[in-house]
Order: sequence, then C-alpha cells, then structure tokens
Amino acid sequence: MNAVYKRDLKSYFSNMIGCLYIAFIVALVGIYFSFYNMGNGYPYFGDVLNSISYIVFLALPILTMRSFADEIRTGTDQILYTSKASITKIVMGKFLAMVTVFGIAIGLLCFCPLIISTCGTHDFKVDYSCILAVFLIGAAYIAMGMFISSLTESNIIAAVLTFGVLLLLQLMTGITSFIPTTALASFVGCIIVVIAIAVIYYILAANVIIASGLGIIGTVALVVLYFVKKSVFAGMIPNVLNKIPLTDSLNNFSLKTFDVTAIIYYISVAVLFIFLTTQSIQKKRYS
Amino acid sequence: MIEVKNLVKKYGSHLAVDHLSFTVESGKIYGFLGPNGAGKSTTMNIMTGYIGATEGDVFIDGHSISEEPEEAKKRIGYLPEIPPLYVDMKVIEYMKFAAELKGIPKGKRAKAITDAMQLTKISDVQGRLIKNLSKGYRQRVGLAQAVLGLPDVIILDEPTVGLDPNQIIEIRNVIKKLGKDHTVILSSHIMQEVSAVCDEVMIISHGQMVACDTPARLEKIMEDTSKIIIKSNADVNAVSNVLKTIPGIASMNVKKSEETGTVEAVVTMSTNEDMRERIFKAFADNGVSLIELYSHKMSLEDVFIKLTSGNKKEVEKVKKDKENEKEEEEV
Repeated sequence: MNAVYKRDLKSYFSNMIGCLYIAFIVALVGIYFSFYNMGNGYPYFGDVLNSISYIVFLALPILTMRSFADEIRTGTDQILYTSKASITKIVMGKFLAMVTVFGIAIGLLCFCPLIISTCGTHDFKVDYSCILAVFLIGAAYIAMGMFISSLTESNIIAAVLTFGVLLLLQLMTGITSFIPTTALASFVGCIIVVIAIAVIYYILAANVIIASGLGIIGTVALVVLYFVKKSVFAGMIPNVLNKIPLTDSLNNFSLKTFDVTAIIYYISVAVLFIFLTTQSIQKKRYS
Repeated sequence: MIEVKNLVKKYGSHLAVDHLSFTVESGKIYGFLGPNGAGKSTTMNIMTGYIGATEGDVFIDGHSISEEPEEAKKRIGYLPEIPPLYVDMKVIEYMKFAAELKGIPKGKRAKAITDAMQLTKISDVQGRLIKNLSKGYRQRVGLAQAVLGLPDVIILDEPTVGLDPNQIIEIRNVIKKLGKDHTVILSSHIMQEVSAVCDEVMIISHGQMVACDTPARLEKIMEDTSKIIIKSNADVNAVSNVLKTIPGIASMNVKKSEETGTVEAVVTMSTNEDMRERIFKAFADNGVSLIELYSHKMSLEDVFIKLTSGNKKEVEKVKKDKENEKEEEEV
C-alpha cells in the first residue's frame, strides 16, 4: 500500500496535475475569500466555502481520471496485480494519494478563518466544520471518480463520466422538482427500478432464472403494496432522490449544526465506492 | 516447482486456454512456444495471478495462486509482454518502487536493486527518465524489475521481441545465467531462441499442449528418415539411372540444383529403414560421384509449424513416440 501511495503521490506532483488542482482551488477560493470576507467584511468563511464548493468538486475529475484508467492503458496494472500486495491495499494506496492531494488544497484553506480572526468577529467551529465537511464530501467524490476510472482505460472517458455524475448530483434537487409527486408516478418509477435491477443482474451474472424471478417477484410485491397501501408511494421517488446528493447537508454545517449523520453518510459513500472499485477490478480479472 | 492443473480460460465464448496441465521442475529453463493467439500470454497471466482462471488452478511451490495469492506471488518475478513501466519515473525510482511493492525488506532493498541493475546492465542509466530510454533499455528495466529480489520463478513473456541482435544475445545470456539457479519460463515464437536457451520446450496451440520435450529430442522425433536428399556433380540421367537400380524407392525427384554443375535428388523411401548406406554403395559401384547425402531433418521451426497447423496425425505421432520411448526406458 505504501509503495503505491508514495508513487502516486509523487506522480501527481511530477506531472503537475496535483499542483494544478491545488493552485486552481486556492486561487478560486482566494478570490471569493478576499472579495466577500475581506472586502465586504463578512466574517463567516464557511458560507463562502459552501457557495463555491461545487466548483471545488467539479474539478475533482482531473485528479481521479488517471487513477486506474491510465494504469490499464499503459499496462502498468500488471506489476501491481502480480505483486504480493492485495487489490484492496492497492486501491487504498491510490485513494489515499488522491485524498492527500485534495487534503493539501483543503489544508491551505484552513488559513482563511485564521486570517479572519485577526480582524475581529469569527467563528472557528463553524468554519472548520464546514472545511471538514467539504473535505469528506471530496473524499467520497474521489472514491466515486476512482471507481469510474477503474471501469475504462481512457482518461478522457473517465473524466467526462465522473464530471457528468458529479454535475448530475449537483443538480439533483433541481431535477427532482420536475418529477411528479403522485403515488402512481412513484409506483411506475419503482417498477422501472426493479426491472432495471433485474436486467443489470442478468448482464452481470447471465442467469435468466434468478434475473427474471427477481423482476417478477419485485413487480408483484410492488403491485400488491400499491393496492394495499397507496400512500407509501406518494412522493417516494423525489424524496429518495433528494437524499442522494451529498452537498445538500453542507448547509447544516454553515447553519451551526454539526451534522453527524451527514458525516457518516460521506464516509459510507467513500467506503462503498472503494469496495466497488475492488470489485470492478476483480470482475475484470475474472472475465 | 510449478504445477498447472486443468487450466481453462474463457473470454466470453472463446476458449483461450483449454484444459491445460503441466508441471515445471525447479532449476530449468522452459520455453513456451506457440503461434499468435495460442494462449501463451493468457497462461502466463494466469500463472502470475494477473487474471483469474475460469477453471483449474496453478500451484507455485504448493501454494495456490487463487487461494494463497500472497505466498504464491512473492515467489514469482514477471515480465509481461509490454514491460509495466511508469514512464514518468527515473529508473532508480522505479526500481525502488518495485522493491517496495514486492515487499523486499528495507535492509535488503538497496542490495537487491544494485544486483538486479548490474545483472541487466542498466546501472549507467539509473538516473534517466524511463520515457527517454530506448526500447532495448526499457525491456531491460522490465527484466530488472522481474528479477528483483531473485524470486524462485521468473516468467518472461517474449523477452527479446523488438530488440536488435546484440541486445537479444545479451538478454539471452542474462536468461541463461538466471537459469542456473532459478526456474525460468519464457515465451517466444523465435525457434532459434528457444533451442539456444531452453532446456525444455512446451509447444501450445489453441490453448492445448501439443508437445513437451527437449529441443533436441523434439527434432529427433520429427526426423524424417524416409526422405533422403542427394547431391551429385554427374548429370541428371546418370543420377536417375543409379537411383533406379536401388530397391525400395517409392518416388524420386531429380533436377539441376541451384549450384552450377550439380544435380539434386529428393528420394522418398517406401520403408522407414535407413537407406543412406545402400544409396552410397550404389553410387560408388556405378562410379558416379556423390557430394552430399543426408536424410531430411526438420528444424524446430518445421516441428512447430507441423504441430500447430492442426495436423492431428503428427501430434499423435509425437505422443506415441514419446510413450514408446518411455516404455523402452522402463524396460
């Protein structure tokens, strides 16, 4: 794990991508910080960070795109997977290297509240908990980007896909407001989801019986539930979709609430995608 | 020792490796021979744990590659077809990374790196970026990575492909040196290389083993005593007349050879008996001079082409001859 971590970290700085990302974040936040906090005398750095966090996240694909795609393309994954290090350790090494680069960028932002504190009113607790939340969300997004990168051998495809997913997450609340909240709409949505799961299962496992069984049982259960207790479906799909975006809970932090649920959610998402990355690599090795 | 048991690898519906089984003994150099798409690289990738097998298993010194990957993998050094090099690293950085990745203890790393670099003669480029190295040097860096820490088993996938003749000889010498106290498996489709370097040759085709023997014995098995080639400086008629007096000749093809003033005849015998002496005597009795006389011998190349072109008879012949030989040995 150490070897992979050190190599990757070094490579982020030898090929400038790491430096570029850090410079971009620091410059961007710096501009907003000097304008709002310094220029306008607004003492809450957390708020400023929240309002521009989406740019911080949307730039993440340039960090994550190469992680596995480049290894697959150049064939260097062979030295990794034939060494005695386990896949989980290799994935963790790569993940931590990216988190370190991101952490350096976020670490530099930690000076901003200190600068504010020299000028009067300040709230370290809120500011630093916001910075922590941004860092954790970033880590979860990095895991997501790493997973997407492990699916392809093209950096560009990895970057574009990751960007698309992050953008979709960012716009999720806006999109869900277009989805009808009636029970029937959610019911139809649920059936589509069940069928999609069955199809995906069929593609992955090529087992017709289990896949069709899954689809039929799921649909029947939904139909029964719909006629027995219709109210369950009312607004279900938009509600679930609204829970997905990680960034929504950022507001809680700037509103002086230390949202433990949200923190656990960020960490779980990161763990889930690290796990999925190892699975995607294993799947490639066995197919 | 490596045991490959009943290995199967399917890519979708395509069968890349088809129930392949063999045993590799320690301290020998094995050659893995086969046409493109025969399953050489796939087998090697499975043996080193890069990809998983659909069925079957590989045991390195008794450790299963699928169940105890850590134990099995640390005994293997692998140079894939395309050397797995990080081009943005310096040679020495890359070697340090590889040593750490392979889990060589900190105290022994520096020595292991120097040894590997000396063996493959890359010490003088250690400060250069890999992307600025020539193909030959890159191949050597890949080889250095494979021999790092001197693992028991060294697996090399087409180690000399794309190198100039001098570099090929150098790499071959390195392989020979390694073969003295390590098990080396190398794949190639260059026959001379295999006959020059290897103690044993395994020929695979369509994912199946078609022959496994020493290069010399493979050639001996395929020696074609029923076909004799003659060269004489007499004229075509004289040669044909002499040949006609010899009993047991099924067919002959007498013609002027490329060398001026000589005649070449290819004679096919109706029996498997060695007729060379009889032919020599017949020519001597008739006072016709002979300047060359030899039975047609197949090179490893011919053996390879014959075995892999789907000629089942030949495959069976090799297997039969080998069995007969074994029986004779046992008797």
